[in-house]
Amino acid sequence: MSVLNPPRSARTRRPGGPAGAGGSFSAWANRHRKWLFAAPAMIFVGVLIVFPLAWTVYLSLTDSQGSVRAATDFIGLQNYITVLSDTERFWPAVGRTLAFTGVALAFEVVLGMGVALLLWRPFRGEKWVRVAILLPLVATPVAVGMMWRLIFDPNIGFVNQLLGMVGIPPQPWLSGQDTALGTTIFMDVWQWTPMVVLILLAGLTSLSDEPDEAARVDGANAFQRFFFITLPLMMPTVIVAILLRGIDALKTFDILYATKGKGGGSFHEVETLNVYAYGLSFDYNQYGLSSAVLILFFMIIIGSMWLLTMRRKAVSK
Amino acid sequence: MTVMTDSAATAADNRRPRRRKPLATRAYKVFRVAALILVVLFLLAPLFWMLLASLKTNVDIYDTGKAFLFSPTIENYANVLQRNNYFVFVINSFWVAFVSTALSIVLGVPAAYAMSRFTMHRSALVVLMARVIPGVSLLVPWYYVFSNLRMVGKFEVLILSHMFVALPLIVYIMMSYFDSLPLELEESAEVDGLTPIGAFRLITLPLSVSGIATAGILSFIFSWNNFMFALVLSGAKTKTLPVAIFDFVSYASIDWGGLMAAATVVTIPIMIIALFTQKYIVSGLTAGATKG
Repeated sequence: MSVLNPPRSARTRRPGGPAGAGGSFSAWANRHRKWLFAAPAMIFVGVLIVFPLAWTVYLSLTDSQGSVRAATDFIGLQNYITVLSDTERFWPAVGRTLAFTGVALAFEVVLGMGVALLLWRPFRGEKWVRVAILLPLVATPVAVGMMWRLIFDPNIGFVNQLLGMVGIPPQPWLSGQDTALGTTIFMDVWQWTPMVVLILLAGLTSLSDEPDEAARVDGANAFQRFFFITLPLMMPTVIVAILLRGIDALKTFDILYATKGKGGGSFHEVETLNVYAYGLSFDYNQYGLSSAVLILFFMIIIGSMWLLTMRRKAVSK
Repeated sequence: MTVMTDSAATAADNRRPRRRKPLATRAYKVFRVAALILVVLFLLAPLFWMLLASLKTNVDIYDTGKAFLFSPTIENYANVLQRNNYFVFVINSFWVAFVSTALSIVLGVPAAYAMSRFTMHRSALVVLMARVIPGVSLLVPWYYVFSNLRMVGKFEVLILSHMFVALPLIVYIMMSYFDSLPLELEESAEVDGLTPIGAFRLITLPLSVSGIATAGILSFIFSWNNFMFALVLSGAKTKTLPVAIFDFVSYASIDWGGLMAAATVVTIPIMIIALFTQKYIVSGLTAGATKG
């Protein structure tokens, strides 16, 4: 194996002295390889993050609007006051963001666990199921949004045709003021449950069989074995899945913007914080206001991540 | 429900420890097959429906009686690819995804290596922050800078923004890959006279090919699918496929057949790549997820 036999060049090449000796550039590079390797990526990300983040904080304290080049005045915390007292767009958007994330995550974790358990032990045709699980994951979200727009179309959509066969009247789905958010949650569940399945399945496969076997010998039924053995052992993995998926769910943009367009629909029915902030910036050019929204949004994300990480530390102890 | 049928099997086990009672096992098997068929249907049927619609004329799409029985046409594809110039967008998407992935690998792999070997957790956190920050908060300053430099709509800017998605992903995946690679191999190479960088280049890198493939494929997919950055930073000539599809619906009435053909054109290449690289994608998506 290649692991046991390093490439010939590695064995035959013998540089002059031991590693790190001499005053040449290569010796210097070897001594400082830690930062030589890490720095380029960190500088790249740093410049692209730290500077824009600082700028966003600055913009949130100004009345910047219209054009990004226009002159601005420093107005202190005025934007934050405006945003936090805005019960028409901001607070409903906060509510929708949390509802979207919470409901989608709940479905994805429960369904994901169910499917992962189904796939746990080997079976015939496993390959095909794996393909089916992978395809939604890699499908382009905008295309997925367009696909569901046709399927959920009130007049020609497949869903209403199907409901018609069992005598249920057509529903407005995406175009309905009350049904739109739920419909987009459904799309998110379709696309991202597979991700949760893959993570949980990896966790299940890495579990040792012994506790389960021991419980089986002691006469525990499958219910008891799942809730008292498998689930507690899986908790750290479940929380990782929630963390990874939660970050992205909070920031969902593609599907919402692709299916409902600017402002999250004419009644803002699917306007989450990300859609709201994007709209303020690039549809209405209210840069100061949108920056304030973004800073608050960022704090919500960091806060929920921190809570989950704490929880994860608690369960893995 | 899985659990309930399974519990019946266990009860049977207890009575006759050596042999499972066949009937209960069969009940679970039937349940499992049925459940799996449902799952597969749920995941694939919408994609199949999209494909069907892309092969129908708009008249047939509106005719609910012709859901499955219709004479297929490739007119929609010809329309989208020729008249709307989708080939250009396909090439744009490939170019942006390919270059941003390649550059991110060059920057990200050594960084991940250093962060894994020297356990630079705080440095890693800086790079991983990029996964957490809402993209919009970066887009406004980027847009400001690049529009002042008159660079909005150029490939360089688009590639830069997509690298921002790719690089943290690559660092994250490669870090967990390097963590699992035994340190002894390099150490013995260094005893044999290689410099540390030489050992990285001649021993570690060749051993990491599958890890780099994993990271590269995933980053390509995410770049290909990216919508928001390209929506703001691409121009008429550098438009990527997701943006092109989005523009499709701004017409007064939706040309559903064309739209579904366009949506199929963007998903097919990435799905073919995914089918051939399945195991890499799965190992990448689950990288580091199971470590307590």
